[in-house]
Amino acid sequence: MATKVVMAQLSPTMEEGKLVEWKVKEGDEVSQGDVLAEVETDKANMDIEAMTGGTVRALLASEGDVVEVGALIGVLGDLDEDISAIVEQAGASKDGGAESPPASEGEETSEAEARAEASAEAAEPEAAESATAEVAASSDADAPISRQTSSGRVKVSPLARRIAEDAGIDVARLSGSGPGGRIVKSDVEAAIASGGPAGAPAAEAGAAPTRSTAGAGALRPARLEDERIELSQMRKTIAKRLVQSIGPVPHFFLTTEIDMGRALDLRKSLNERLAGRGDGGAKVGVNDLLVKVAAEALARHPEINASWDGDAIQRHGSADIGIAVAVPDGLITPVLREADRKGLVQIAAEARDLIERARTRKLKPEDYTGATFSISNLGMFGIDEFTAIINPPEAAILAVGGTVEKPVVEDGEVVVRRRMRVTMSCDHRVIDGAMGAAFIQTFRAMLENPLELVS
Amino acid sequence: MADSYDVVVIGAGPAGYVCAIRAAQLGLKTACVESKSYEGGYGGTCLNWGCIPAKALLESAALAQNLKDHGEDMGVRPIEVEYDMSAAVDRSRFISEKLTGGIQYLFKKNEIDGIEGRGKIVGKGKVEVTPEEGDVRELEAKNIVIATGAVMKSFPGFEIDGDKVIGSREALGLRKLPEKMVVVGAGYVGVEFADVFNAFGVEVTLVEALDSLVPLADPEIGKTLARSFKKRGIEIKTGTKVKSLDRDASPMKLTVETSKGDETIDTDIVLMAVGRKPVTDDLGLEELGVEMDGPWVKIDGWCATNVEGVYAIGDVAGEPMLAHKGSHEGIVAAEKIAGVAGHPMRYDNIPSVGYCHPEVATIGMTEEQAKEAGYEVKVGKYPLTAHGRAMTAGHNEGFVKIVADAKYGEVLGVHMIGYNVSELIAEAGIARALESTVEEIAAHAHAHPSMAEAVMEAALAAMDRAIHI
Repeated sequence: MATKVVMAQLSPTMEEGKLVEWKVKEGDEVSQGDVLAEVETDKANMDIEAMTGGTVRALLASEGDVVEVGALIGVLGDLDEDISAIVEQAGASKDGGAESPPASEGEETSEAEARAEASAEAAEPEAAESATAEVAASSDADAPISRQTSSGRVKVSPLARRIAEDAGIDVARLSGSGPGGRIVKSDVEAAIASGGPAGAPAAEAGAAPTRSTAGAGALRPARLEDERIELSQMRKTIAKRLVQSIGPVPHFFLTTEIDMGRALDLRKSLNERLAGRGDGGAKVGVNDLLVKVAAEALARHPEINASWDGDAIQRHGSADIGIAVAVPDGLITPVLREADRKGLVQIAAEARDLIERARTRKLKPEDYTGATFSISNLGMFGIDEFTAIINPPEAAILAVGGTVEKPVVEDGEVVVRRRMRVTMSCDHRVIDGAMGAAFIQTFRAMLENPLELVS
Repeated sequence: MADSYDVVVIGAGPAGYVCAIRAAQLGLKTACVESKSYEGGYGGTCLNWGCIPAKALLESAALAQNLKDHGEDMGVRPIEVEYDMSAAVDRSRFISEKLTGGIQYLFKKNEIDGIEGRGKIVGKGKVEVTPEEGDVRELEAKNIVIATGAVMKSFPGFEIDGDKVIGSREALGLRKLPEKMVVVGAGYVGVEFADVFNAFGVEVTLVEALDSLVPLADPEIGKTLARSFKKRGIEIKTGTKVKSLDRDASPMKLTVETSKGDETIDTDIVLMAVGRKPVTDDLGLEELGVEMDGPWVKIDGWCATNVEGVYAIGDVAGEPMLAHKGSHEGIVAAEKIAGVAGHPMRYDNIPSVGYCHPEVATIGMTEEQAKEAGYEVKVGKYPLTAHGRAMTAGHNEGFVKIVADAKYGEVLGVHMIGYNVSELIAEAGIARALESTVEEIAAHAHAHPSMAEAVMEAALAAMDRAIHI
């Protein structure tokens, strides 16, 4: 079994090392503990030793190279072993790490082609130096953020992939309703319509979304040209209202990270039950869950469900949640009225209708005015977190990022959890720091323990 | 044989027997009740008096027609050809019997109790079986699946008497051929029988009320088929309704209504191919409160009726009344009962095939339907006139047409008429099921020379990249 030789961290502060001299050459037999190379660190010159015995099969860095800690610099193994896979990955990372790390098989063939090309070209020392250093961080073949799930690939139909690319959506972030969890056309269309995760950000168990560019490896065609775009009414309105907001409204921002494990599991089992009911389409999305939880949290923090009224603060008698929807030339926020008084399934159905009408430009003014609180979700587009601008006269807006699997510490142990970052923008005339934080705490507590919602 | 089951399926046609086998595979204790009715038996209408014997006769017809059309140029010149319909029928019966026996074997293999008799639901979880001879038994069933199928139907004044006015059942056993025959109805059943009897020398007139043959398909298909039939001497009367029949006259006088007025046609036999009606009488459905949808039993996407524990599949449960649709419903129902159901039935990707010559095969939306659904449509049509394999077969009439979405290349529908196209529709079905686009179809190196290549060419045509036209 081949062993990778990496630039070891020879001192606690070391970030990179310069390969001064190889002490072995390809073909040499080494034993555990033998010195393979001399490396210059931030402190002193030190030796890199072989971790196991074996034959030196490949030396992938050259003398004089500056290599980041953790980067692959050589391979030990058996004489007749095939190490091409390891070498290829190293070659790819050296030559053109602009293509994302070998995220998963089954992605666009263009990505696989790029990888094959890159390794075929083989690492040239001159190109290697800066490229290696710059790319090393993301190029390690064992990158823990790779999508090597048990199945190892994104199941998505050709049609769905095409539509997603066109819309700039990262399919890795969607969950599929097709056979075997395949992402199909309707999942992508739902994601586009809601501008947020009707398809849920990466709810696949065990699937960590790729850190690659949005669009899963297939970049949009380069297409710059001087062009004057006339403003649509929507664009004018968005500009006017948000200038009115960011100017006079003193924004401050509260961020927290929420564990979505239980909420996603609950949603999944709820949808399974609904499917069995044969409702023909009733399905609860993550966004619907967020709307409901936000409404419940607002009911318990009426000071957030309020508006600055010049000489008073007006608290509102119902939680009317604005749902930000991306539409072809902009953005609109239809309102889900009295979300505090409606159940999840009803919210899901109404939201679906509102989003459909938003997309087809069939909303009437009463549909998109009068919200008391808004939610905007860009998790679908590969965004981890962001700050949104408050829609006046509301006092706050919640910006939701994507749910990703990441390591967290629980009881002193490192475990893998599905985490979602949210940032609430608050109007400081209405909401103070502690007030906003209390609301966010309730919001998070409800999502992390969804069954408490019904108790 | 115990009398208590997890599932009792009433009817052992393609829907029922498949359901029973799937249920047994999933570990359910299963019984399948079969009444061996006039049009049924193990394997249902399909194996006994439908699909299978019909296709056997169609092969005989193809051979007959091929000798006529190509004996000379293909270098196989029969000095004298004798047509023996009785022998052709014998062969079809032989095949039918073999397959029916096969079902019984499969039941044994899967430990399914095949119970002969007429089934009736007599209460919640109770099925009463009345055999031809012997005692009536009552079965206890946690779940009941109704798979009683359908039978031939006709019009008032044209009641099937089995002698002068016949349906598909009699047509498949017509050992003695008449001189003249009128086939009423030009759906797949009608055109198939017109093909068979014309090939065996009968003077056939094909009457259809709508404006084209196989009127539910792409209109170009109907036109192509009509042209081919006319060349063979089949008289075609579309836009023509049957009005009345004088059975006592000899030959009989059939009066039809055309756009130009009434006409009378002399005929020895009238073959009614105007559809089938589901078998729902005396099943206990009314007493149980099972909801109906027109003449069919109403079901949801999991083949469940409104009554808990009662399912319906196949011809009795709705259109399209096709064996493969029934079989799939059988699987969905069995999986739902067993609690392992994956996805509900989808009815938008069921292929529809006519085995006349040239064959017809369609799936998905027609151009018209796609436009109505709001798609920007791009059609790729590849005519078979210059297609290699079709020419070697001596059958190069027809075309393969792909209706695609102009924006993403989604395969919205595939419509074909030509040699062996029944075999080509599976590729179209898979492409649609997997949401492949015309690009994927075109990107696959289809074997050459094959009829399947024509699908690839049509996909290329849909991208304005056809090589061979």
